[in-house]
Amino acid sequence: MRPFTYERARDPQSAVKAAAETAGARFLAGGTNLLDLMKLEIETPQHLIDVGRLPLGQIEDAPDGGLKIGAMTSNTQVAADARVRSRYPVLTQAIVAGGSPQLRNKATTGGNLLQRTRCAYFYDTSKPCNKRQPGSGCGALEGLNRNAAILGASHACIATHPSDMAVALVALDARVETLAPDGDGREFPLMELHRLPGETPEVETHLIPGELITAIVLPPPPDGGQLYRKVRDRASYAAGLSSVAVAGDRVALGMVAHKPWRAAEAEAALSAGASPDEAMAAELEAASETGRNGFKITLTARLGAATIAEAKGIRR
Amino acid sequence: MKTTITVNGATRALDLDPRTTLLDALREHLHLTGSKKGCDHGQCGACTVLVNGLRINSCLSLAVMHDGDEVTTIEGLGSPETLHPMQQAFLTEDAFQCGYCTPGQICSAVALLREVEAGWPSQATADLTGKVVLSDEEIRERMSGNICRCSAYPQIVAAIKRAAEALA
Amino acid sequence: MSSVADYAHPNPVTENRSGLIGKAVDRYEGPLKVTGSAPYAYEVTPPSPPAYGIMVPAAIARGRIVGVDATAAQASPGVLAVWTHLNVPEQAPRGTRVHPRSTAPSRPVLEDDRVRFFGQPVAFVLADTLENAQAAALLVKLAYDAETPDVDFHGQLAKAEMPPGEEDVEIGDFAKGFAEAPVKLDATWSTPIQNHCQMEPCASIAWWEGDKCVVHTSVQMVKPAQHGLAETLKIDRDAVHLMTRYIGGGFGGKGQTYDDITLAALGARALGRPVKVAYSRQHMMHGTIHRPATVQRVRLGATKDGRLTAMSIMTTTHCQRDGHFTEHASNFARSLYAAPNRLTGHRLIHLDLPGAGPMRAPGEASGMLSLECAMDELAETLGIDPVELRIKNEPEADPETGKPFSLRQLVRCMREGAQLFGWDRRHPRPGQARDGRWSIGMGMAAAIRGNFLLPAKASFSVDRDGVITVRQGMTDIGTGSYTVLAQIAAETLGVPLKDVRVEIGDSELPPAPGSGGQFGAATAGTAALAAGMNLRAAIAELAANDPASPLHGGPTEAVSFQDGVIAIANRSESLAALIARAAPEGLTVEGEHRPAADARNWSQHTYGAHFCEVGVDQVTGETRVRRMLGVFAAGRIINYKTARSQLTGGMIWGVASALTEGNAVDPRYGSLVNQDLASYLVPVQADIGELDAIMLDEADDKANPMGIKGVGELGISGAGAAVANAIYNAVGVRVRDYPITPDKLLGAMLAG
Repeated sequence: MRPFTYERARDPQSAVKAAAETAGARFLAGGTNLLDLMKLEIETPQHLIDVGRLPLGQIEDAPDGGLKIGAMTSNTQVAADARVRSRYPVLTQAIVAGGSPQLRNKATTGGNLLQRTRCAYFYDTSKPCNKRQPGSGCGALEGLNRNAAILGASHACIATHPSDMAVALVALDARVETLAPDGDGREFPLMELHRLPGETPEVETHLIPGELITAIVLPPPPDGGQLYRKVRDRASYAAGLSSVAVAGDRVALGMVAHKPWRAAEAEAALSAGASPDEAMAAELEAASETGRNGFKITLTARLGAATIAEAKGIRR
Repeated sequence: MKTTITVNGATRALDLDPRTTLLDALREHLHLTGSKKGCDHGQCGACTVLVNGLRINSCLSLAVMHDGDEVTTIEGLGSPETLHPMQQAFLTEDAFQCGYCTPGQICSAVALLREVEAGWPSQATADLTGKVVLSDEEIRERMSGNICRCSAYPQIVAAIKRAAEALA
Repeated sequence: MSSVADYAHPNPVTENRSGLIGKAVDRYEGPLKVTGSAPYAYEVTPPSPPAYGIMVPAAIARGRIVGVDATAAQASPGVLAVWTHLNVPEQAPRGTRVHPRSTAPSRPVLEDDRVRFFGQPVAFVLADTLENAQAAALLVKLAYDAETPDVDFHGQLAKAEMPPGEEDVEIGDFAKGFAEAPVKLDATWSTPIQNHCQMEPCASIAWWEGDKCVVHTSVQMVKPAQHGLAETLKIDRDAVHLMTRYIGGGFGGKGQTYDDITLAALGARALGRPVKVAYSRQHMMHGTIHRPATVQRVRLGATKDGRLTAMSIMTTTHCQRDGHFTEHASNFARSLYAAPNRLTGHRLIHLDLPGAGPMRAPGEASGMLSLECAMDELAETLGIDPVELRIKNEPEADPETGKPFSLRQLVRCMREGAQLFGWDRRHPRPGQARDGRWSIGMGMAAAIRGNFLLPAKASFSVDRDGVITVRQGMTDIGTGSYTVLAQIAAETLGVPLKDVRVEIGDSELPPAPGSGGQFGAATAGTAALAAGMNLRAAIAELAANDPASPLHGGPTEAVSFQDGVIAIANRSESLAALIARAAPEGLTVEGEHRPAADARNWSQHTYGAHFCEVGVDQVTGETRVRRMLGVFAAGRIINYKTARSQLTGGMIWGVASALTEGNAVDPRYGSLVNQDLASYLVPVQADIGELDAIMLDEADDKANPMGIKGVGELGISGAGAAVANAIYNAVGVRVRDYPITPDKLLGAMLAG
């Protein structure tokens, strides 16, 4: 790791202020992704602001019947919360499908959303990668890209977002609360947090520099079934090839795009009376194959249809 | 940076490079080499220790993040003369071969029993609102963050069941 | 020179009076391992605080280093030295063997400007702390003149050549036999590069005591490591004291040393302080050897009633540009099934990849993935049960050499396994069994792995407390060497296990070949038995000549050893009393064993049968192993517990070969795409369902005086094929390109 200075944030306001005022500053929460990347010098912050002990570790009932999940809650804490388990089971299912118990004990809700891709070319610093080193090219485009994006990719980047939790949160129509360096808070749909790669895959979210995620807000649980399913190359502790979250009438897809993917076309088709298979076909009309990842289109169509059917109790 | 960590019940005052991971602080500074470095990236679980009772990958944590924390390593569970029931169960069931992943497995297994007791769900938990039962399937899923390349997996499941009985 | 006939004489191990042999005793070093107090190489406490070394891996696969800029690294905090080929301390040229009997030649580090493979260590940084060394290593700037690497194995199969010094083995007339066969199978399987992924990355710590280099490292074979380092450093072999007491997994990948040991030794000499060096996990993937990929063409010809008339397996594989390692994936087939017309052989391609080398059951692990599936396909074509097809082709003697088998219980393994597993519940037609969303299938495969015995020595001591100490330059890589040596010693000298000490993993102890080729227990154990017998004789002599001993006057050949007591009929005393009185300094004797010259007159193997039940997700093509059972015949088992662990571990390796493991090569860069444990998928706990191994009660009196064989590699042999066959039985499609990942399997299922 490159040398860096370290401070422990006292409160959210001073954390965002320090982040804005210190060159090369980064927030450090659980550290499970950032430190992994710092060891490889994929991330080279000069200053770490440890936000892990900020008083953002609570899960509170919201007045509208939803839940407010502090950004520093651990993944384990959220998955094990009795309210989440009974009212948002898709969220628990998604969280426990990711990482390992050790990682989930340390990883935070905010950090999980901001974790970076597992693309092998991003991780190998001897290879070109526009996300790691803007302008260097994309090693994956013509490489061994079996697990690359099938939706919303660009010629600059075909990486996917690896989070399981975020897929469920998108299906639950979650919103994000943040604090900006100027002290202003804002709230917006989680769907609007992440960006597609376009020409600037190194810019992964719409957060402004120094902006800190402080909470995730869940609306009251939707009517109808919830279910998360993930496909991967081994039974546990592995990145996904594809995942699907269903929450009532909403559907989201994971590991298929640069962001957790809200399957709006599928939802529209379902509400118009289409079958789960037809709905997934509608969603994946826009899907495209790059090299070796074509199977993910088929896989996602099948997984999506089966998961929707199971969540909704539709016999196929 | 000055950091104070309670390790296996003893308060240790350390002056560390901020880059020093909790794992390297234990191994290189405190000479507690029971926690192993298998991958240094949270991909194997050999470095698993308990921090304030929770299992984490000590390789993916800076030591300075743990100022004031209580850390339990394999050395804090038992010694060759006085084995912890989980250590004894691993020995009895031959739940290891080369032994390199073993301290991490045992720390993980000790935490697993508490997590099941607390009713925390896993991917193997079918009924998320019901009681969690210590089935083989639950053990397998919950131990999947600890890779054993010698592949003592069946023996590890047996050891955890044995220890759970001994501790019950 | 001993003869196999001598092996039949009873000895304390075969007599097993105290019943220790075969007993499932706990691992000797187990209490240390479960408490984290067994020091692996990097953890050994040096005499003074160590400096930390970090290697810089090459970022290209082939070319030359044309520029070195170490300025920033040198100026980085705490840096003590930065080395490249331009300034590395002097070493012997590659391949030097000053001592004609050195078991390994020199292998200099940072040798020259040539880059031979991606990840080759090309620079080395020494610093006061690990953090400073790691940071500085990333500041070493190297300019390369890169050449296009040639790594395209599958694109060059036609260019493969006969491995040096080999020829195809043909018995009968394969072409004619195959052409005339009423039923034929001709199919090709491929297996990928695999990496050992030992949990402990290779590591060394070294310091100098005057002219003597003390080094602790992680290596399976002591003498070649010691000799190779001495040759490289241009010092006497005795000036290297090498220790490797606890080894965090080997699997063949630590059968040799790597640059960490040489750099630690050179660094320690240059700095005058201890130096420790470890490979990173990422660096292990490229920086150490791998199991090479193979393409195997299998042709089987059979009569309609299931007798093989022609059999061929031809393997093409690869190794590094300047290497000669060949993955002998066809060899096992030479002893497995009867068929009058047979053709087996290998072809080799040289590529700009890291070194190919042995990995657990080299040959069998890859080769049985083809032939044992081919047999399953043939069984289906013929409408014969796969177990019965194999039994129909059971040879009476070795089908190629005609030599008698020393002991072959393959059929019994298959029959007992079938019964215990419930094989009769398998639907012969695929795709018949369901469990919710899962398609269920069962498959089986045979297992065979050669048995070897090598020369070895050992020493035995007894002290005034009656404690026996075994000393041997053997290693324990998780195999159970410590434990089986303790059991052999206890049984041979008639003392309880608690009165035995085992010291291994040290170049200053009597040499043994180490761990590899599943020859470890038999080889080390046979030498230990010999040394133990010599100690018995010495003790008997001592007692007979000691007027104060009740055993005075002998006869020495009548002395019995049991429960720490030596006796002749009703005259007895404790071993401790004798030694304390008559040899208070203790007694130490050596023993050695050289394999019988006539052992080659028998075809010697270990055998087994795997049975597996899988579920395949009908929607996603994901496969999960639900149940697996192996039944094995591997001679007398010294320790049922450690042997079973070796076998189940091997079986799980087979599951991984079938389902998840493999390195993909990016031909543009000549590097492996998956470089860590998040992307190179070894099984996790959740991948393995109910899985067990059982061992037949047998002893092979042609193997060695104890009748024991190896188990370390038998478990993987054939295991993956049983999984693949179960997948076929579940869903009715074959994927012959391993591993059988969801993308491949789902694709095949949809193609129908």
